Amino acid sequence: MGETVQPSWLSGSRTRLWSAARAARGLYRVLRANPLTFVGFLMVAFIAILAFLIVAVPFVTGLFGPPVSILPHDPNELLPCAIPTECATSPSAQYWFGTDNVGRDMFSRVLAALPLDLAIGFGVAGFALLVGTGLGLVAGFWDTPGTLGGALSIAIMRITDMFLAFPSLVLALAIAASLGRGTGPALIAIMITWWPFYVRLVRGEVLAVKHLPYVAAARAAGVSGIQILFRHVFRNILEPLVVYYTMDVGTVIVTFSTISFIGIGVPPTVPEWGGMVEAYEKLLLTAPWTVLAPGAAIFLTVLAFSLLGDGLRDILDPRSRRALVQTTTAPGLASKGAAEA
Amino acid sequence: MGRSKVDLAIFVGKRVVWFVPVLFGLITITFFAGHASVRNPCAVWVGPHASPDTVRNCIEYFGVNRPVWDQYTGYLSNLFQGNWGKDPQGGQPVLPIILTLFPATIELLLAALFLMVVLGIPLGVIAANAGGRWPDHLVRLFYLGGWATPAYLGAVVLAIGIGPVLGLPNSGDFSSTPDPGWQLTHMSILDSILRLDTGALVDAIAHLILPAASLALLNLGIATRMTRSSMLEVLPLDYVKTARMKGLSDFWVLYKHALRNSLISTVTVLGTTAGSLLSWIVVVEEIFLWPGIGKYAFDSILSYNFAGTLGVVVFFAIVVVVANLVSDVLYGVLDPRVEWR
Repeated sequence: MGETVQPSWLSGSRTRLWSAARAARGLYRVLRANPLTFVGFLMVAFIAILAFLIVAVPFVTGLFGPPVSILPHDPNELLPCAIPTECATSPSAQYWFGTDNVGRDMFSRVLAALPLDLAIGFGVAGFALLVGTGLGLVAGFWDTPGTLGGALSIAIMRITDMFLAFPSLVLALAIAASLGRGTGPALIAIMITWWPFYVRLVRGEVLAVKHLPYVAAARAAGVSGIQILFRHVFRNILEPLVVYYTMDVGTVIVTFSTISFIGIGVPPTVPEWGGMVEAYEKLLLTAPWTVLAPGAAIFLTVLAFSLLGDGLRDILDPRSRRALVQTTTAPGLASKGAAEA
Repeated sequence: MGRSKVDLAIFVGKRVVWFVPVLFGLITITFFAGHASVRNPCAVWVGPHASPDTVRNCIEYFGVNRPVWDQYTGYLSNLFQGNWGKDPQGGQPVLPIILTLFPATIELLLAALFLMVVLGIPLGVIAANAGGRWPDHLVRLFYLGGWATPAYLGAVVLAIGIGPVLGLPNSGDFSSTPDPGWQLTHMSILDSILRLDTGALVDAIAHLILPAASLALLNLGIATRMTRSSMLEVLPLDYVKTARMKGLSDFWVLYKHALRNSLISTVTVLGTTAGSLLSWIVVVEEIFLWPGIGKYAFDSILSYNFAGTLGVVVFFAIVVVVANLVSDVLYGVLDPRVEWR
């Protein structure tokens, strides 16, 4: 330490800065370890920023005058054409993804669906994450038989097993169809069927962690149960949870768009990728861009999340990391980055 | 806790007993989701142009005006006696319909699993052998691409876009309806083999290949990823190194020595996959007009056919439980270290 004494506020902010920089470096190492993971990260970032701009730009400009959209056309606007039902034109400089059979700009329709699908992916997976993590923590941490927590834990796991014993899409379809058709029922149906996966994951992780010596040490030092749960156990199971959530956003988007494809999700006037594939599937041979554009959009979005999540899982999972390091000629692959991530 | 036949019997017995509350819960959820939200399904069943008398007859016949609780207990007691309710459109009992359609679905499921094994496992071996280098990345991109393709999109592209180009039929399981009594097992490929009819065999395969491929390609990742990660654990072991040092060819080392030991977990995971494939089978069968349970489920869900929907839920739950049980038992049989408990 030097002679000069730094004011406390300065050293505090430096520490914060330094730890932020360290986190960024950790993330960079994780991403550098696998080029595909890095590509996935870039794609997710791009998609998220694009979705934000699509929603935010009209909103902000709307405050100061007529809203300006970054979409080239209104997604439901019928563009001029001679025969009302045969307006499909192939992709051109003016209409990047062509137009559909009634003359709507496909590029605008595909982009207009992005915020909706992405928000549903993040939202439903987030809801499942919250509910599932809460229940999983309880079921894993207070599972001593014969206590109130033990009984609760058994009840939670029985209900969870019930949902896990069934193909979730079929259950979601049955629930969505009987609740009435529309975006709301489809959302409720996915939410009802989605959380059990998180309960199983979190409970398994808690059971693995809670008998480790450091938890026993904390208990011996007189730390209360709640504090152990959140400060010592929960923080150590965050990694697999984050990885699973990342992959899950894509899976939710696929499921939601499947419900729309079947025709019981969003109404036809709302642009949604699954609904668009359904609406245009007859045109696949005559105007393939109408199916391939929304198809490519959903493919790339889900692929982005899968690349990111799959790579993170490999890097964060100690078993497959060790194996990778041993088999490859490039030692040190990801081992440092994962330690800091 | 051992490996005797008695232990196995106790293990299976426990699982079967445990299945009863799971099934009960699933029926309860599906039943109340349907009956609580749709007050008068008869209005939908008889159509908008039916006379009031027809509606009244329908209500009388199906008893939909009784209190929901009465209908629920009535349904449960009937189900217990093997009466799964009646299809409101044709008035036929549901259970025989499902049993007739079942072989077609099983055939499709097995064909998809077969493709997943023959394509997915070698890809996993290639990826693990190249751990972290470009073939690994390429395989990862391939199976994540399949993962990111929603089943409906892949099926639509295969059915409408690629099928006609290859000259493959895209609906049903035979080009012409076979004579009555022709179908012994109701599995098109097995039937044609039993009849020694090569023409029918080729026809059956031509019908099966696209739906099976669309199911398999999209879920290839499950087999590939599992093979890859268990191969990564086996490859650094001493006996594999010894085999390499003896100068055995790469093929021999990988497929005869390493793969055998890493196959156990892959086989197990395929059993559980069969259960989750049922989700996608609903969509794929509808697109390819494959005459199986998936298509029936799809139609039932969309036409408020509660008896049909519940029947499919019950039947799928049984299939999932049996598939999981088979894969657990298989795991124990393959791995002599496992004890039944």
